[in-house]
Amino acid sequence: MSANEVPANAIEVKGLTRRFGSFVAVNDVSFDVRKGEIFGFLGSNGAGKSTTIRMLCGLLKPTSGQATVGGVDVVRDPEGVKRRIGYMSQRFSLYEALTVDQNIEFFGGVYGLSPERLAERRAMVLEMAGLRGREGSLTRTLSAGWRQRLALGCAILHEPSIVFLDEPTGGVDPLSRRRFWRLIDDLSRAGVAVLVTTHYLDEAEHCHRVAIIQGGRMAALGTTGELKAIFADRPIFEIQTEQPVAAMLALDALPDVEKTSVFGTAVHAVLRARDATADDLAARLGQKGIAVRACVRVAPSLEDVFLDVAERGAA
Amino acid sequence: MTFARHVVAVTRKELRQIRRDVRTLSILLFVPAFFLFVYGYALNFDIRNIALAVEDNDQSTASRQLLSAFVRSGYFDLTSVITESDQVSRLLDTGTVRAVLVIPARFGARVASGEHSTVQVIINGDNANTATTVMGYVSGIVGSVSAQYEAEARLASPSGPLLTLEPRVWYNPELRSTLFLVPGLIAYIAMLTAVVSTALSVVREKEAGTMEQIRMSPIGPVAYVVGKTTPYFVISLASSMGVVAVSMLLFDLPVRGSWTLLVGSVALFLVGALATGLLISTIAESQQVAFQVALLSSFLPTLMLSGFIFPISSMPVFLQYVTSVVPARYFLTVLRGVLLKGVGIETVWRDLAALAVIAAVLLTLSSVRLRRQWA
Repeated sequence: MSANEVPANAIEVKGLTRRFGSFVAVNDVSFDVRKGEIFGFLGSNGAGKSTTIRMLCGLLKPTSGQATVGGVDVVRDPEGVKRRIGYMSQRFSLYEALTVDQNIEFFGGVYGLSPERLAERRAMVLEMAGLRGREGSLTRTLSAGWRQRLALGCAILHEPSIVFLDEPTGGVDPLSRRRFWRLIDDLSRAGVAVLVTTHYLDEAEHCHRVAIIQGGRMAALGTTGELKAIFADRPIFEIQTEQPVAAMLALDALPDVEKTSVFGTAVHAVLRARDATADDLAARLGQKGIAVRACVRVAPSLEDVFLDVAERGAA
Repeated sequence: MTFARHVVAVTRKELRQIRRDVRTLSILLFVPAFFLFVYGYALNFDIRNIALAVEDNDQSTASRQLLSAFVRSGYFDLTSVITESDQVSRLLDTGTVRAVLVIPARFGARVASGEHSTVQVIINGDNANTATTVMGYVSGIVGSVSAQYEAEARLASPSGPLLTLEPRVWYNPELRSTLFLVPGLIAYIAMLTAVVSTALSVVREKEAGTMEQIRMSPIGPVAYVVGKTTPYFVISLASSMGVVAVSMLLFDLPVRGSWTLLVGSVALFLVGALATGLLISTIAESQQVAFQVALLSSFLPTLMLSGFIFPISSMPVFLQYVTSVVPARYFLTVLRGVLLKGVGIETVWRDLAALAVIAAVLLTLSSVRLRRQWA
């Protein structure tokens, strides 16, 4: 199977651009995805994630730039790309009027599996999705979590070396999500490159590397650790107080506070000084009459990174 | 090999979906049967048992002969005898009778002496079609009676009429309009099942998102279309032949031509219909829109502009040109030829060629559009 002769970089993208009239949906995007890597694609709705995926899957021709998927040029040989990839979207595109088995059989036919190989892969998918014993159930009667795992199973029936997941976890309960991510980890360990788009920032923590796309441009790219390093010189403090609004106003008035935001019931403050301490900040708030229950320095989350990138992009 | 596998996978999936989908199944199976019964029995242009009143001011042998000619024709039932003239309008107003025959006094005497005589027939014209038909019956009956008297009077011979008209109607000797309508019905039903079911099934995949999934897979548009339309082609063909079979049983439809030509023509017509459905599916994004477009673009022309109900020759010239792009028009000519006249391909090849051209154009258009959307 040609799928195994994949170069170290499963996906290579250089200067990829797509215009719709005067609107630039994807603007000069470049990145690589390595074999076995889970690559997260973050961005708000309309940021250009789906357009990028559609170009990489050979559905949409780029206006300019290059992309190879599994060593195959997406413009020159879109059919070759389609044979090498698995694709699953948030709509879990299964046939709801068909049974579990009939869906598997259909996708087996779509990917041209021989009957023997289909039998083998069918067993794997049923095992993986936890659907053993439910082969004859109508797909529409399955819960969202099951449908999601079945859709993933159908997308990897032909053992592709590259899998695209377009917001695969929408509308699925947290337990199923966790189970789904374990499957993604398994794929990655088996050497499959996974490109996943999501708005769930906690999910992005599962990714080896994350790209943040903003207004069609690549706004940030790196491991989650690298992305969080933008806060290396800007410590984040979490302040617990009975007066969050007053606290925010007081913080904004301090010269070394870059910005504040509400984080659950607490207030987060980003400081410009790398040596700022929690005790000092609490003391200064106390001087302004804010009763601080607790003030601790916290590690930046991906959400902090995402918001920071988004704000700078908007500015 | 891969292509065949793709086609088989899509076809099998489609058949399974059709079996589970009550709505599609009923469009494919129930609706044709329903239309056949409703139209077969209701769309009957023959008029019989017309209620007739007579005002016989003569009461002679001749006047009774004329009246019995009406009753014997089988078209008229004598329901009232009028004795006073003001009864006429009451009977017509209330709809008790549809026609009134007024025989003048001295009718018998004038006829016997070979003088010209006039009888009056008053017809309820609230339904113009019926009135025209009734008028035709009346002139036929009166004409033949008149010819008889004329001959008898001229020759003064008791040996009976010299000249009688012997009308002979070909293909449909009893002039049953059902025979004329059934071919139209077949076209109509084929259009319904093929266009609507194809358009809806593709648009449904767009709505469900499964289309997107298939486009991301190695299945090409050709394999997808072949796999997807094959079940509808087979079902529509079976459904059309079922309509022919039922019409043979219920309406004594003859199949005078070759069955091969019949099945071939239906198949050719269906290819065009499936292509229409496909074309609609590339335009419509929702099932409602697809259904409405299918209705406007195929049902109405098939019903109104094909010669199914209204003869093309009596349409305005502009509309006659429009009918030249309505495939059902050619299909109807072929069907009527094969079913009723028993003609062969040498007579209908022009219509078959027109059907083939239309099918080719529609297939090209729809595949170009689909390919562009497929990317």
